Amino acid sequence: MPTVLLSVTNLVKNYGARRAVDGVSFRVLAGQTLGLLGPNGAGKSTIVGMLCGLLAPDGGDIVLGGERVAPGAAAVKRKIGVVPQDLALYEDLSALENLRLFGALYGLRGKLLAERIDKVLGQVNLADRARDKPVTFSGGMKRRLNIAAALMHDPQLLILDEPTVGVDPQSRNAIFDTLEALQAQGKALIYTSHYMEEVERLADHIVIIDHGKVLADESPASLHSRLAAQAALRVELAEPAHASLLDGLRSQRGVTSLNADGGALDIGLAQAADALPVMGWLQQAGCRPLHFATARTSLEDIFLNLTGRTLRD
Amino acid sequence: MTAFLALIRKDLILFLSDRRALVISLALPIVIAAFFGALFGGSAKTSAIDVALVQQDTSEIGNKIAAGLKADPNLHVTPLAMADADKAVRKGDQKVAIVLPVGFGEAAGAALFGSGEKPSISLLYDPSQPAVLAMVKGMLTQQVMSVVSAEMFGGKMGQEMTERSLHQLDEQARTDPDSRALRDMLASVQKYQTLPTRDGAAAGPSKGLSMPFTTADKQLSSGVAEQGYNAYAHAFAGMGVQFILFMGIDMGIGILLARRSGVWSRLLAAPVSLTQVLLARAASGAIIAFALLCIVFAVAVFGFGVHIASLPGFIGMALCFGVLTASLGLVIAAFGKTPEAARKIAMFAVLVMVMLGGAWLPSFLFPQWMQTLTMAVPTRWAIDGLDAVTWRGMDAMAAAPAMGVQLGFALLFGLLALWKFKRA
Repeated sequence: MPTVLLSVTNLVKNYGARRAVDGVSFRVLAGQTLGLLGPNGAGKSTIVGMLCGLLAPDGGDIVLGGERVAPGAAAVKRKIGVVPQDLALYEDLSALENLRLFGALYGLRGKLLAERIDKVLGQVNLADRARDKPVTFSGGMKRRLNIAAALMHDPQLLILDEPTVGVDPQSRNAIFDTLEALQAQGKALIYTSHYMEEVERLADHIVIIDHGKVLADESPASLHSRLAAQAALRVELAEPAHASLLDGLRSQRGVTSLNADGGALDIGLAQAADALPVMGWLQQAGCRPLHFATARTSLEDIFLNLTGRTLRD
Repeated sequence: MTAFLALIRKDLILFLSDRRALVISLALPIVIAAFFGALFGGSAKTSAIDVALVQQDTSEIGNKIAAGLKADPNLHVTPLAMADADKAVRKGDQKVAIVLPVGFGEAAGAALFGSGEKPSISLLYDPSQPAVLAMVKGMLTQQVMSVVSAEMFGGKMGQEMTERSLHQLDEQARTDPDSRALRDMLASVQKYQTLPTRDGAAAGPSKGLSMPFTTADKQLSSGVAEQGYNAYAHAFAGMGVQFILFMGIDMGIGILLARRSGVWSRLLAAPVSLTQVLLARAASGAIIAFALLCIVFAVAVFGFGVHIASLPGFIGMALCFGVLTASLGLVIAAFGKTPEAARKIAMFAVLVMVMLGGAWLPSFLFPQWMQTLTMAVPTRWAIDGLDAVTWRGMDAMAAAPAMGVQLGFALLFGLLALWKFKRA
């Protein structure tokens, strides 16, 4: 059975009278990737700040490998690698000097420091740009160097706060390759992002937070099972659908929800296999579909279902 | 220790890679100090006063007065026509113009013996130079008295004047007993004028009246100040302090920018404490400030003849000022809301501090109450301390109070910054 690497218990953080984090608890197992999701203002950044030892909690505990995480706890900070959302790099220092600095901050020096620099530059595919300054890098290269700096001291747990913001698809893919390689090495990751497909691709456990509380703490499969609709069928008809057609469609077996907008129908299905009979019924009812598509219910559907569709600016 | 040294190393590399900061911190203080130093007299012992001479009197006396003025080492005389002299003074090209009117020599000779109206010498002067006017008046008086009296007691013009005066007094002496006494005195003068010289020539004494004393001027600063006052020393101290404090502002703004960008949080996510990060930043700032001050003064010594009387004293002062600069940077970073606003406020504060500290004008020129008040300004101590170990020729012990006060201010600033950072 995998051991518990990080244990967060009943975490509380207040900003004045406002409670930003309200009794949050979750665990990260060794080698596990945890996706931490939440709308803007949900309390994610505050939780990440406390996990990194930047903020002191007002209540609760964070324990990593048996040691309590807190702002002054230097020893436990050596086990954590932090990839902040902002590019935490010195743009006028070369990539090499940046890594030398971040390595030295964790006590690395001499031969070990040089070896780690070579290794992480290779991991993020920047070995040939070691002597260049980040100011000359593309957004994606800067993001990769940001990750490299967090890997310098070979941490047990890597916390990545939206590490792909503002990067092109190629760079995003390169970052995923790096993270998947780290997963293969058995590193534990905490990954926050607004891109649900990223979390779906990487995470084997998901925690959804809103208003400072945990709304869901389970595997992606378990989250999917929460929804009645496991699949979706989108059909575009030649003419607008009339009321009797919609009533008939709702009564079909396997149809869990229906949204109509003129000739465009969004049909929620209990399972993907229900799509074929529904299409047959539409044909028998005299409908002429111009276009149709089926899809699995996405994490975004689950997220919106749990957190609501209200804007969070 | 590895982390602490790495943080210092990072700051030094960043500073050296920033060419703009280097130029501002090094070239500007040197250029401006050179300008101010030259303006306040440079390293010369004295500087001659620019004077225009409008010589309308071409008599022997007029010529001799003109020659005497030109020969005076305290004056730099430029002969000009009346209109040009007027224009030059109005424009500020000349500080004073001396107008020797037509017939001045003869009239002055007559006035010396009281038998004529005193002639007037017009002095045109720049209203911003009243002190120079007084100095020129003094030197002109000496020249006129010397030349006119010499001419009256021994020159050809004097003999003619005596003859004519005797003739007039002969007429008056018949009715006025006082005129008789004056006539007798003038007769004696005439006898003196015609005495043969030792070599047999018929000429009286050639030297006129002169100041009956001379002054022995001695500069006094301190025991070892053999070099005398060098205005560049103060100018380099003032401008060095000013521009290094600007570097301190940049240091503080750099921290604010790092806090905004997230680099600061990233540093604190590492196993280093806030105090360590702040101390490392202060140490690198102090090293940079110390090095800058040393380079600025190296230029002052080798390029402008500034004398450092006490090397240990100078090094002590530079180190203490470096620590003060770094602590100022920390205060700016701690209390600044945004980099933009903090820069404006800090620039204003530093300019006021260096002005009151005597960086632009030496503090001994301030009114007494301001000299007392500015003791509360740390830059006053920095500049006075640097003055002490340079042109005042004092030793390190004499500069120790200035060092102590700077370190006291640095401690105060540092504790304030730490308190504010920890609260944030």
